[in-house]
Amino acid sequence: MHFGLTEEQELLQQTIREFAASELPAPKLRALFDEGSGHDPGLWAKSAEIGLAGLTVPESYGGAGLELLDLALAFEVLGESALPGPYLGHALAALAIAEGGSEDQKQRWLPRLASGEAIGTVALAERNNVWECADWRVEFRDGALAGEKEFVPYAQLADLTLVGTVGGGLAVLERDAEGSRVDAVDGVDRTRALGRLELTGARAEALPAPPGTAERVLDAGRVLLAADSFGGAWKLIETTAEYTRTREQFGTPIAQFQSVKHMLADAATEIEPARGLFWYAAYAWERLPEESPRAAATAKAHLTDRAADVSRTCVELHGGIGFTWECDVQFWVKRAMFNRTFLGAPSAQLERVADLGGW
Amino acid sequence: MDLSFGPEYEAYRAEVREFTAEWSAHAPLSHERAAEFRDRATERGYLYRGIPKRYGGSEREFDAFREAIVAEEFDASGLPWRLGAQGVGMIVPTLLEIGEEWQREKFIPGTLRGDYVWCQGYSEPGAGSDLASLRSSARLEGDEWVINGHKIWTSDAQDSNYMFGMFRTEPDAPKHAGISYLLLEVDQPGLEIRPLRQIDGAVHFNEVFFDDVRTPADWIVGKRGQGWQVARVNLKYERNLGGGSMMRRHFNGLLELARRSEIDGRPAIQDPVTRRRLAELEGYVRCVETTYMRQLSATANGEEQKVSLPILMNKLYGTDTREKIARLGYDLVGSDGLRAPAEEDLKIQSNTETVTGWVDQYLFSLAGPIAAGSSNIQRNIIGERGLGLPRDLRSPS
Ligand SMILES: Cc1cc2nc3c(=O)[nH]c(=O)nc-3n(C[C@H](O)[C@H](O)[C@H](O)COP(=O)(O)OP(=O)(O)OC[C@H]3O[C@@H](n4cnc5c(N)ncnc54)[C@H](O)[C@@H]3O)c2cc1C
Repeated sequence: MHFGLTEEQELLQQTIREFAASELPAPKLRALFDEGSGHDPGLWAKSAEIGLAGLTVPESYGGAGLELLDLALAFEVLGESALPGPYLGHALAALAIAEGGSEDQKQRWLPRLASGEAIGTVALAERNNVWECADWRVEFRDGALAGEKEFVPYAQLADLTLVGTVGGGLAVLERDAEGSRVDAVDGVDRTRALGRLELTGARAEALPAPPGTAERVLDAGRVLLAADSFGGAWKLIETTAEYTRTREQFGTPIAQFQSVKHMLADAATEIEPARGLFWYAAYAWERLPEESPRAAATAKAHLTDRAADVSRTCVELHGGIGFTWECDVQFWVKRAMFNRTFLGAPSAQLERVADLGGW
Repeated sequence: MDLSFGPEYEAYRAEVREFTAEWSAHAPLSHERAAEFRDRATERGYLYRGIPKRYGGSEREFDAFREAIVAEEFDASGLPWRLGAQGVGMIVPTLLEIGEEWQREKFIPGTLRGDYVWCQGYSEPGAGSDLASLRSSARLEGDEWVINGHKIWTSDAQDSNYMFGMFRTEPDAPKHAGISYLLLEVDQPGLEIRPLRQIDGAVHFNEVFFDDVRTPADWIVGKRGQGWQVARVNLKYERNLGGGSMMRRHFNGLLELARRSEIDGRPAIQDPVTRRRLAELEGYVRCVETTYMRQLSATANGEEQKVSLPILMNKLYGTDTREKIARLGYDLVGSDGLRAPAEEDLKIQSNTETVTGWVDQYLFSLAGPIAAGSSNIQRNIIGERGLGLPRDLRSPS
């Protein structure tokens, strides 16, 4: 029994950490955030060079052939570094095709996704807080899509979009297909762009996915958001601890005040013991499929909610500067907001935890 | 990552389970039968693996997984394998680490058999969190220590044969350097025990008064003036948290309660607010379980340094989670929460079967944030050792 990381997994995290440190220095992150597209083609291309675009794509299709846990560990570091880019939608699109694509679709798309040459995304949400497959209303008939999808990550940029359809189906829509229209959404988290997708008879190709594929894609996404939240929250705790060690009031570092110390200790204690939640959920996704939906919902509900709490505490501990646009803390506050809401809020996940537990 | 224990350990688990099933058939066990059960379990190597045979242990090769499997299965069976926390949990490992050979031979075997019950004499009216300010004293007269003073909150003193405690033996030395760690017999002239009633009505802890109480000069653990260091070894064991299986048991008790309680004429477990609260708690319980798994895995694989941070959090996280469970349970018993805990509830700690058992849990869980290093002291430790924040201002030692 081993419930810990391997050296390779630690090295993977280290590689991404070093990549982010050298390619995304603070001023660059700030510039990208202010500019607002959530994307830097150079950064994306370089991250693809270190393999970030194809971690779970099978080796036979040009990827690294790793598991969801490895991807989640990568997302922990993406969360830590607030790395802007289409990583989430891209990873989920690649998983969907690998799990549910035809041989032809895999050959056509996976190598290009793995190399980062093509960018993928997923169109899941619909109006009125719809995320679950059972509630999807977009029609797919005679090879054409009709309906609307909301909050599609990097909808404008994606070369292919996996669109969730009535009955939990998935259809591949290519970029600029006739009968599809994309409108940018002004998202709160400027490190991850969103768009709205209007479909009026756009040609698409169904994935011959086995039943349950779309659910698995959602589960995987929830694990990745939990991991991202963990990384972001831990980063905020560390930077806030550092801030309180240096900021002085009343003639002493504010960390000397026990109420400050205890707020940080409580924040850390909410987050650190939750690390195993996303590890376990990622492991279950690969090895214990019957436990996977509930483990993913638990991790998503718990970690994204706790991370949001922690982000608010960390703003408070920065004082007035924490409330400004200038202060970098906002990157993680907003990523926490995204992570909490995307793929279904904690309240919805908790209800699933109860249902799936047979309560 | 690999969460399977593999065939060898699964076979071991099956064997342990067969053993517990045999004994459970005779439950509840009399005092003598319980001792016999532990003897048989020790012979088979289930208990006291890390303790040499000459002290009554089973002296097996270190194997964190076997230990964990036994703890899980024994806990699940409800058999009386966990003896008083102070004896097997605290003084035995302390003596093994720094005791004299004769002390180990004299005290460990009887403690493991359950013949010797211990109490811990640390806290005093004026020395709680700031334990090193303790004033109860011992002075050497010939070949005996003569002890005077006053201890408080001493759990199980009324049932104990022995006490281990801290006493000021070097009155002129600085605070922390003037304390020695002594062992003494509880039943002797000059030692008076006055029971204290807990908030829930039960009587487990006591005041202990010392008026020229005596103990042999060599009943000292470590050297004179080193009692503080000895206690640190011993507190390390006190703060070890039981596995995740205990927390899961408590939570399962709560789920059962939610199934049999009613809100608006239907089972509480169907009530949306209750479901939400239970599901949120499930997240916390999973955190306890998976953190325990991380620590077990790290211990077994020699990677303990990777879990040093969560280890600092065990006590705070565990007591907080216990409190959440107790409080939700109390809500679920509804108007019955007006009742006082019944006698039986006070005997069985954490009785989940009766409504008043949950009233008792509501009250009893108040001890968690106070006993064995208060929650605020834990927060200091996490902030200072875990996050590198500056130490509190403290009185000079
Ligand atoms: C059920 C139970 C069983 C016990 N059994 C034993 C036993 O067997 N043997 C034994 O020796 N003792 C025992 N104790 C005593 C226990 O160890 C003490 O109660 C504990 O150390 C706290 O000390 P205190 O009660 O004097 O509270 P205090 O130290 O006075 O604390 C009061 C409050 O102040 C806070 N506080 C204190 N110092 C600080 C600080 N530096 N920073 C921030 N906040 C602070 C505490 O967190 C607490 O909330 C037991 C206690 C309980 C409740």
